[in-house]
Amino acid sequence: MSEFLQFLFLGLGQGAIYATLAVALVIIYRATGLLNFAQGEMAMFCTFVIWMAWDAGLPFPLAVLVGMAFGFVMGAVIQLAIIAPVTKRAHGNPLPVVMVTIGLFLALSSLAPIIWGTDAKVFPVAFGEGSIELFGASITHRVLGTLAILGLEVVVLWLIFQRTRLGLAMRAVASNEESSALAGVPVGRMLMIGWGMAAAFGALAGGLAAYVGLTNTLMLVPLIYAFAAATLGGFDSPGGAVVGGLVVGVVTELSAHYIPFIGNDLKLLPAFLLILIVLLVRPQGLFGKRQVVRV
Amino acid sequence: MNGALLEVANLEAGYGPVEVLRNVHFSVASGEIVVILGANGAGKTTTLRAISGMIGCRGSVVFAGQSIRGRRPDQLVAAGIAHVPQGRGTITDLTVEENLRIGAYCRRDGEVDADIARWFDVFPRLGERATQPAGSMSGGEQQMLAIARALMARPTLLLLDEPSLGLAPLVTKELFAQLATVNAETGTAVLVVEQNANLALAIAHRGYVLEVGELVASGSAEELMTDEAIRKAYLGF
Repeated sequence: MSEFLQFLFLGLGQGAIYATLAVALVIIYRATGLLNFAQGEMAMFCTFVIWMAWDAGLPFPLAVLVGMAFGFVMGAVIQLAIIAPVTKRAHGNPLPVVMVTIGLFLALSSLAPIIWGTDAKVFPVAFGEGSIELFGASITHRVLGTLAILGLEVVVLWLIFQRTRLGLAMRAVASNEESSALAGVPVGRMLMIGWGMAAAFGALAGGLAAYVGLTNTLMLVPLIYAFAAATLGGFDSPGGAVVGGLVVGVVTELSAHYIPFIGNDLKLLPAFLLILIVLLVRPQGLFGKRQVVRV
Repeated sequence: MNGALLEVANLEAGYGPVEVLRNVHFSVASGEIVVILGANGAGKTTTLRAISGMIGCRGSVVFAGQSIRGRRPDQLVAAGIAHVPQGRGTITDLTVEENLRIGAYCRRDGEVDADIARWFDVFPRLGERATQPAGSMSGGEQQMLAIARALMARPTLLLLDEPSLGLAPLVTKELFAQLATVNAETGTAVLVVEQNANLALAIAHRGYVLEVGELVASGSAEELMTDEAIRKAYLGF
């Protein structure tokens, strides 16, 4: 039992990181109907900025905030300078924009080693190395802190989307761009802010994930888990992304430990199976809205 | 034509190589209700979309003394033009009240809540459904919401694109009666494009007739209603 709990906690800790990245994917999907394949690499890039700030002597939490601010600006600039012009010329066809995000993925992934080198950077462990005993299992401060951060994220997201004028406008744009523009909402600015917010959440995910050592491949695998999380929860539901992330984290850790042939080598397999099953049984995800097309 | 709120001259617009409007001239005075009549495909919707900046156009579009051609829709809302597009244009995932709040997005004053209460008084059915998603309402209710949403911006000019489309005759009648009341009470000028000439002319001060991209007739509502040719072509009696 205590062993089971041990892996459950571990899974929740990893799941909170996937959830954070999945929230970033969902914010952009809701606003634009696009999957941003560069989300993970943008997060990795921001994590190097966190590392630089920390390495320069800033306390770690402050360094994470610096990285998130950098991410916000980076996301907004990418939307303004690359995504918006391509979207405009694509005339409603999503493929060119998706290709551009894949291009961004490759560009950022090869740019990072040129700037910061290929050696793994030593990165601080968020909330330190200690652990506490809970129901006979030990749970690290890192896992507890990561889960607390996730809880905080949910509250902040809810407040932004449900309680502010900006959040209302972002939800309006997500639902109907044209009607929002006619109601007086500056749609372009909302999309910029959406990309900025998403990249800031990505930076946070990177800051929580990089304790294993920071290289340019940091977010490759988490991005796949985040896609699984968003598929499971529903691509248009931030709450679904959080639940999906936790479920994916727990399922991955438990199956790696309890199903013999999976182990550490085939850890990705359950995530892919999860995507497959969800797409077959409930394509809109657990919390997603079914698209009703009226003709 | 001096003192016109909206003055459109030589308007030409289209989609890609397809020219929809040619040499269109018309005006709307402050507080006036003007109807543009025309059959399907005459260019009514294109006219409104060109005015509110949703498609590019050539010619001159002057609003309150300033050229507004080429401005974005959200900038025009702030300037005083609110456009209710065809097919309602409510934001179906938001609640009724949130739709009204979005309508006031350009405003920075503290009277938004008071205005919401006011439109709930005028359209009681919206008040009863304040917390429901807009998409769960009937067509007539959504059309009322779309109009109330547009009025939340406190516009000086309201553009309405075929408000009767898809509504039952009784609902349409009620809607036009409410439009006339709103116009009389707030002094908001209304430019409405319609196929339903009878109802529209009943509340309009003046009208124009648009035929395949060109204005072919204009006059006061009475003149249009009594004109033999127009009656035959558009009123059906």
